[in-house]
Order: sequence, then C-alpha cells, then structure tokens
Amino acid sequence: MRYLPKSPSERREMLESIGAKNIGELFESIPEKFRLRAPLALPAALSEPEIIQYFQARAAENSRGYTSFLGAGVYSHVRSVVTDALVQRGEFLTSYTPYQAEFAQGTLTAIFEFQTLMCQLTGQEVANASMYDGSTALTEAVLMAERITGRHRVLVARSVHPEYRHVLQTYAKNLGIQIEEIGYAESGQLDRAALKKESLEQAAAIVVQSPNFFGVIEELPALAEAAHASGALLVTGIAEAVSLGIVRPPSDADIVAMEGQSFGISPSYGGPYVGVIATRDKFVRQMPGRLAGQTTDGEGRRGFVLTLATREQHIRREKATSNICTNEALFALVATIHLSLLGKEGLREQALQNLAKARFAQAELEKIPGVRRVFSGPSFNEFVLEFPRSVKMVNQELLREKIIGPFALGTHYPELTKRALVCVTETTPRAEIERLAAAIRKILERPV
Amino acid sequence: MYPKDYRYTKEHEWIKVDGANGTIGITDYAQHELGDVVFVEMPKVGAQLKTREPFGTIESVKAVSEIFSPVAGEVIETNSALVDTPELINKDPHGGAWLIKVRLGDPKEAAALMDAAAYEAYIAGQAKEHSA
Amino acid sequence: MSYKSTEIESPVGKILKAREHVSQNEGLIFEKSATGKRGMELPPLDVPAVDASKALGPEFTRDAIEGFPEVSEIEVIRHFTRLSTWNYAIDLGMYPLGSCTMKYNPRVNEFVARLDGLATEHPEQPAEVSQGCLRILYDLQKCLLAITGMDAATLQPVAGAQGELTGLLMIRAYLQSQGNARKTVLIPDSAHGTNPASVVISGYEVKNIKSNARGQIDTDHLREFCTDDVAALMLTNPSTLGVFEERIAEIAAILHERGALLYMDGANMNALAGVTRPGDFGVDVMHLNLHKTFSTPHGGGGPGAGPVLVKKFLEPFLPVPVVVQKEDGKFALDHSRVQSIGRVRAYCGNFGVLLRALAYILAYGPGIRQATEDAVLNSNYIRKNLEGVFDLPYNLPSMHEVVFSDARQKKHGVNTMDIAKRLIDYGFHPYTTAFPLIVPGAMMIEPTESESREECDFFIESMRSIAAEAETNPELVKTAPHSTRIGRLDEVAAARKPILRWKPEQGGSR
Repeated sequence: MRYLPKSPSERREMLESIGAKNIGELFESIPEKFRLRAPLALPAALSEPEIIQYFQARAAENSRGYTSFLGAGVYSHVRSVVTDALVQRGEFLTSYTPYQAEFAQGTLTAIFEFQTLMCQLTGQEVANASMYDGSTALTEAVLMAERITGRHRVLVARSVHPEYRHVLQTYAKNLGIQIEEIGYAESGQLDRAALKKESLEQAAAIVVQSPNFFGVIEELPALAEAAHASGALLVTGIAEAVSLGIVRPPSDADIVAMEGQSFGISPSYGGPYVGVIATRDKFVRQMPGRLAGQTTDGEGRRGFVLTLATREQHIRREKATSNICTNEALFALVATIHLSLLGKEGLREQALQNLAKARFAQAELEKIPGVRRVFSGPSFNEFVLEFPRSVKMVNQELLREKIIGPFALGTHYPELTKRALVCVTETTPRAEIERLAAAIRKILERPV
Repeated sequence: MYPKDYRYTKEHEWIKVDGANGTIGITDYAQHELGDVVFVEMPKVGAQLKTREPFGTIESVKAVSEIFSPVAGEVIETNSALVDTPELINKDPHGGAWLIKVRLGDPKEAAALMDAAAYEAYIAGQAKEHSA
Repeated sequence: MSYKSTEIESPVGKILKAREHVSQNEGLIFEKSATGKRGMELPPLDVPAVDASKALGPEFTRDAIEGFPEVSEIEVIRHFTRLSTWNYAIDLGMYPLGSCTMKYNPRVNEFVARLDGLATEHPEQPAEVSQGCLRILYDLQKCLLAITGMDAATLQPVAGAQGELTGLLMIRAYLQSQGNARKTVLIPDSAHGTNPASVVISGYEVKNIKSNARGQIDTDHLREFCTDDVAALMLTNPSTLGVFEERIAEIAAILHERGALLYMDGANMNALAGVTRPGDFGVDVMHLNLHKTFSTPHGGGGPGAGPVLVKKFLEPFLPVPVVVQKEDGKFALDHSRVQSIGRVRAYCGNFGVLLRALAYILAYGPGIRQATEDAVLNSNYIRKNLEGVFDLPYNLPSMHEVVFSDARQKKHGVNTMDIAKRLIDYGFHPYTTAFPLIVPGAMMIEPTESESREECDFFIESMRSIAAEAETNPELVKTAPHSTRIGRLDEVAAARKPILRWKPEQGGSR
C-alpha cells in the first residue's frame, strides 16, 4: 500500500526484534470476542487514478455549467491561483498547531498577520486566530457577552442568518440563555422600536448581522448606543466580509463575529470556512480560541508564540472560555494570503464592483412587471425582491435554463413568501444578469 | 523567610491581622510553585468573602491557580500595582505583592490558622512528597 | 552558550538525520507595504460604476483601510514561501505527538477537493444539482459506520471538540425524552482538556473519576460513582496512555444497567480501525477526528471534522440536516427531524475535509487494517527500544502510542520539556509533553503507520542520545533547541504584556 513505508520483511524483522511472533500478539489486550475476524465491509481499495475518477464522476453530478445567484451566507468571489500554490506547500499544509514555537514561526507569523488584518478590517482592537465559521463565531460571541456582563438574555435580530440563529439556539438552550427575537422594520434593518427597556436592562447583548440576511446594512452606532445605555453589549455578525471594502466597519460593536469565506475560500458545499472573533482589548481574556502574540527570544530576536493560553481548554478544562481546540488555521492562512494579494486598493475595488453589479441587477430586475425591491435600507451585494408568484416555482423553471435562482426567503421566514434574496458579485457577468432578467420575465409571463 | 506575625493556610495563602482588618497574599512557596506570574484576577471592592472559598486566580503561562480566602470578610482594597506588574508576586510575595485587604468578619478567626513554624514544617513535608 | 550542529555527534554515535541550513529572514507583510503596489488585478467592470458614498450614504461608507498591505505578487510569494521554510511539517519528518496521529496527508486528497464541480458548489443550491456532493457525504457515512460498527451518523461537527458537544447534546435529548436529562458526566482524570470543557457547554457538570493503578477505569469506583444523576461516561479508548480498556464490556454494562450512556472519544481510533469496532463493545455514541485517524491535513491547527456516530436509539436526535437516500435512489438533506438537537454549525459541516477523508478510505478499503497494525507495530518497536532508557510508569501493553516519563532524567535536572526541545536539534518535532495529567513529566509518543523503520530507528537513536546527554551534559539539553532560527521565546512577557497585532509604531528586529 503506497502510504505505508514498510516491506513485509521489515515488518517481520521488527516483530522479531520485539519478541512478538505475529502482529496479533500486539492486539491481545482487546478482549477476544471484540476482535474482528473478517475484513471490514468497505469497497475494495482504489488506485490513485480510480480515486480521481470517482470524484470526477461526483463533480459531474453537481452544478457545473450553471450560473448561480445565491448568496445567503456563502459568496462566490475571485481567488488567485497564488493562494493555492502557497497553501499547498507541505510546510503549511502538513504542519501541526504551533505549540512548539521555535520551528513553527511560519504559522505563528501568518496568524499574527491574520489577527492584524481582521482588526484593520473590523475596526476592533484584537482578533483571534480563527473560529470554525460565522455561525459558531456568533454563538461564541454571545457566550462571551454573557460572561462579560453576567446577564443571561440576548436580543437577537430576526434578520440574522437563520442558520446562525439555529446554531445559537442549539447551544443556548443548555446554558440557560434566553433568546428574545427582535423583528425588522420596513427598511429591513432591526426594528429599534421593538427594543423594550426591560429587555435591554436584562440583556447581555443586542445581536445583529450587517449586512444582514436581507442584504441590508444595519445602523450600528444607534444600536450600540441603545445597548450601552442599558449596560448591554453590541454583538455584530458579518457574513459577507467583502462588504468591509467600502462599508463602514463595525467599530461601535463590542464584539464582532465574522465569516471569512469571502476572502479567497471556495464555497465547497458548506466548508471549511473561517470564523473570527474581534473585540476590544479589555475583553481579550474572555475571548475563546487561540491567540498569537509577539515576543522575543534570548537574543532579542522578534518571534511569535501562542499566548494567553490559560483561557483555553487544555489548561482551564471545565472553566475554559470555550471547548475549541482545532480551529481553521489553514483557511485563516488562505484569507491572509488572499488579502495580501488583493491589498488596500484591490479590496476596495472589488467591493465597488459588487455594489455596481448589484445596483445594475436590481435595476434590470425591477423592469420586470410585478417585481420590485422590498426593504428600503442600504444594501451591498444582496437585495430582496418581491415576485408576483412563488419564488420556488420560478427557481424550478430557472434550473431548466441552467440558472440557480435567488434564495427563497419563505424557506426560513413564513411571512416572506414570494420574496427572493438576489446576490451578485464581481464574478457575475453582465450577460448572465441580463439572461436572468430575461428568463424571469418569460417565466412570469406564462399563464398560471 | 516566613514572617512570624502572619498566619498561613494549607493552600499557601498568608494573612496579616491588623485589628479589625487583615491583609492577604500568597506565600513564597506558592509563587515558586507557580513560576512567573503573568496575571492576577482579583475580586471587586465590597465583595463578600467566605472562608476557604476562592476569590480570585493567579495565572502563570501554563497554569491557573485559584486563591482561597483564609477568613470571612469584606474586600476593602485590592493591590492595583499587580495590574501592571504581576511579577511583583514572584519578587515580593510577603510584602509589596499583597493581594487584598479585608474587613474581618471575626478578628479572631485567623488565630486558628498555622503560624510560621507550623507552615514551614508543612511545606517541608510537601517538598518531600513531591520529590518522592 | 553557543552550539553549532552540522551533524549530530552524539554519545551513541553519529546521527545523520538533520543538519543546519541557511534560511531567509523576513519581516511582516505590513512592513513591505508601499502605496500603489498591488498583488492582484480584477477584470474590468462590465456594468456602470457606482459611487459608494452616494449609493449607501456617507454614514455607511468607510475610508481607506489604514495599514492594509499593498504589495506585489512576487512579494507575496516570497513572503509566505520564506515563512513556510521556518516550519516543521509531516512532509519533512515524524511528529511523534501522542493522541494527534500525525500521519501522511495524501496528495490525491488535495487534488480531488479542488475539482471544479466540488470546490465550487454552494451549500444552498437545490438537491437536483448537488447529487454528487450528497453522494460523497452519504458514501462517507456508510464507510464510517462500517468502520465503527455504529448505526447512524452526522458529519456536521467540524472538530473533535464540536463532535463531543454534539454527542453530549444528543445524550441529553435522549435522556430528556426518557423523562430525566440527569446532571453529571463522568470523565477520567486522563482525559483530553476538550472533554470537560465540552461537558460544561452541554449544560452538564463534570465529575472526575480516577484511573486505577493500571491507568484504567476502576470499575468499583465506577459502580460507586454511577448514581442516578449520571448521564454518561466519556471514555477515550485506547486511553491517553495508549492502553486498551480491558474491562470495556463491564464498564458498558455498569452504565447501561443504571440507564447511563457510554460516550467514546475516538481520538485514538488509529489503534482500532479494522481490528475492532466500538459499536461491538458497548459504545452508544462516539466521535471521530478525521484530521487524526483519517489523514486530513492539520494545516497549522485546522480545519478538522468531528463526525458523530450513534446507535439506532439515538438516531432521532441527530442534528439537522441528515443526509438520506430516498426510495428513488436520489440523495437529499432531510430537515424534518422533530427530535433533532438542532444545528451545531451552518450548512453540512466541513465538506472539503469530509471529501478528503473519503478519498483516504477509498484508497485503503478493507486494507485499512494494515495501517492500524503498522501503527501499533511502530509504537511497540519504539517502546521496546526505549524501555531501558526512560521510565515507563504503566507497564501495560501499548497500542498505537506509549507514555514514558522523565523520572530518570529529572535526577539530573532535565525534564520532559527540555528533552522535547532537544529533540528538535535532532530533526524531529517534540512528542506530547506534560499530558496526560496523571503522569507527571509525561512523554507521550505516537509514531503512526506513516513512519518507516529508518525513521523509527533515527528516533530511537536520538532519544537514546538525549538520555545520555541528560547525564553527561544536562545544560545542553536544558537550553535546547540550539539549531533553530529562533531560540526559546519569552512566553512570560508575551502573556504579561500581550502584543496581539501589528501597529505601525511597533518595532521588532528580524
């Protein structure tokens, strides 16, 4: 077997040298009745070409050749081939967590750069070395707010990604955290009028996402004020990180939980992605996850180490800030390389292209009779349209045209049937936007 | 080494009684076991302490230790020097690196704790155990 | 004390494993930045441009990002390539890290994960155009169920710790459905730190149960501790000492008699795959670490995947969505599970990692047993050759890993951390130091099946040499490593005055 560097004679010699007659002797500590006699019921071993064949066959059974207008938390953006050329280096790909700092400075330096980039992007003071993704980062941010304030209720906007809210609920219900959902206004932003004084005074945090699931940008300074006035924190999630190229960063928030998938990470049917938590310096000891810190060696040379480890599970065990151990280090590296390539001007230009494409798409689609934008708030690269007929039906027809249509909000919001969440990015060609508009127009013209 | 007018606990805290108040810290043995101290978490002024219950933590790079209160009382002052220079605990654990001052619930409570001689005997026994 | 190593001249002879080599210096990417440089260009806009401030309103737009890098493509390539050369990696040599299972990361896995049609798929796209992805998930589930002897699976958790939490939440949901969720989870004192941390997040309390003199669960203690409010025992098997729980059947029986469940932390599955199945020896729920046993790359700390496998009675509680095959043979995501615990992550999990694990399993087939046998052979070979040299606290049959202690070397003032650091000079990554907690001065060694006899022999020689150095030249060991670009770093300063991001005013010499 090509992954096993032993010859049969070497195995025999090694067994002999340790005084074992056969390999079975080394498994005698397993009670006999539990030792398998027959081989496992697995498909026969495949050679490398056969493995590739299997996966190519699977790849052909998906959406190759289709144009997608889906966003809803996962975004299609440009990636440079330079990124893969670098992360496929064995020294990055096959290295371990940098606990032994002396020869893990490559990883640690890159983590330090990642932490810095996340601070620069979000306007926060400190960021960690990654969480699993946006949904779990937001959940951990809520737990952090609970620890900091000592309060056990959170006010969560319904316009936060439904799957993020579901994860939060799954964790929260075992920890005695009460979730109160706050509705949205006509703008699509959180309805501030629905924030009750009594709720705020018991709340650890107001939790929003910006741009939110409807693509609308929240008014964070006002929300921060409302939260702080009652001793609560503002926790802000970000699912579309490219927005930070032109949208005002959430520096008013106390804790930011971001999904970094937009930074050079393929959609890959849901993961791996990279989450990050960024916050104020004063909350650093309540942060979950790893942190890389700068220091010096005996000769005064700059180097980096994992630090403030007493927050983490391997030291604090049941009193840890989180149970997280393995994170998304390689994908934090992907984001770091990607952002280094894109740079200050590149990210800004990319964000502007997204904005331009979205405005163009919106204009084209609103020309269709019966189709109009709902939610008046400012939006980035996603917006919600009302259709005169079922979005699911329209999407079914669009599939025939090899178009994956916009997300049907009715899936998660029973009051928002016939509402479609359209996403366009810098990768959506103009011709495809026009084709989408033409296809929808045709579908809606058909008799019911 | 261990001031004769202090009293000591098995968890390696010391208390110096001054009339109705007391000053509390950790012993030289404790700081030596901990290694370089990097952070001290202390209670707020006004916090009510119970005997033998934890009131804070002391962190080194690789470990966290809880600090247990030798007596019952109310916190009236915390040592602000430890915020910026936690290493003081390693340098001067019995003096400048006191942790908190308390108003004692019962001024006589501390007398029941070990005196310097008893504590020194106690830690000599501990050292033997560790090297066994 | 200065020390130059070309080849290691050691007390046991010349060891030719590693030699010093010139490596490039490099600052931070921000320090190479200059206005106007770019590493990536975008295709031109094919729609009318928009002014952000006008479109969004000035209160919603930002200024340029201060300090953000501006570098060219070549500088990015050089920067990260140079950084990479400062790392150790499996591709360079052994990581004898106990319980980490640092095995070879097959490259075909990387290739297939990047295929157009797999890397490109959006998790919300309709099932009609996702059959390939769904089948990969379904096939992986089938394989993992066959390997573990369990009945149902979720692939959603993205790390072992998350798998633990998921399993615990399922236990709670099940017990709740039986009328009483109970209060505590028993954890051996030899457990990995994520175990107690996960228990707390699931809303249970931790109760530590001591190991007996054989480093195993004391069944009398277990009987005593397993009261009516114990929900489960969280067990790693083989234990973190690398020893199989010989009384596993009895342990399972004790728990089940009292209505409690047996959770198995599958971190050490590399000792069991193909040889025995947890489902056969009484496990009700377990997680696997795909980034350990199933070869997916560690990548400097992640990503991972921690699928959870359960017995039939726990199936209703699986997180949503569940990957199913319908009657017509097509695959789908089933969201309609009324008793589900909910979701532990958005979407289906770390699909890219799951895909790699499947590629690994497809490469082995039933032959995966050979990998397990080689792993156990390597570990026992190393143990036999180091037994006289290092203290062996538990003289029990080792499976895929062996735990020594630094007791003998301590007499010369040399501890496990020092020995580990000196191992770096010999061209190896350290073993796991100071864990499990029940062994003071622990040295946990797991070679995995990926190590050749030659590499194992080098490792043995190096460890023997260091043991000799501990006696004849302890200072050399205590101040190691000597051959790395950077010496031991001041972790105290890093924790006292944390500097966690670059700022323009900050200096730092390379």
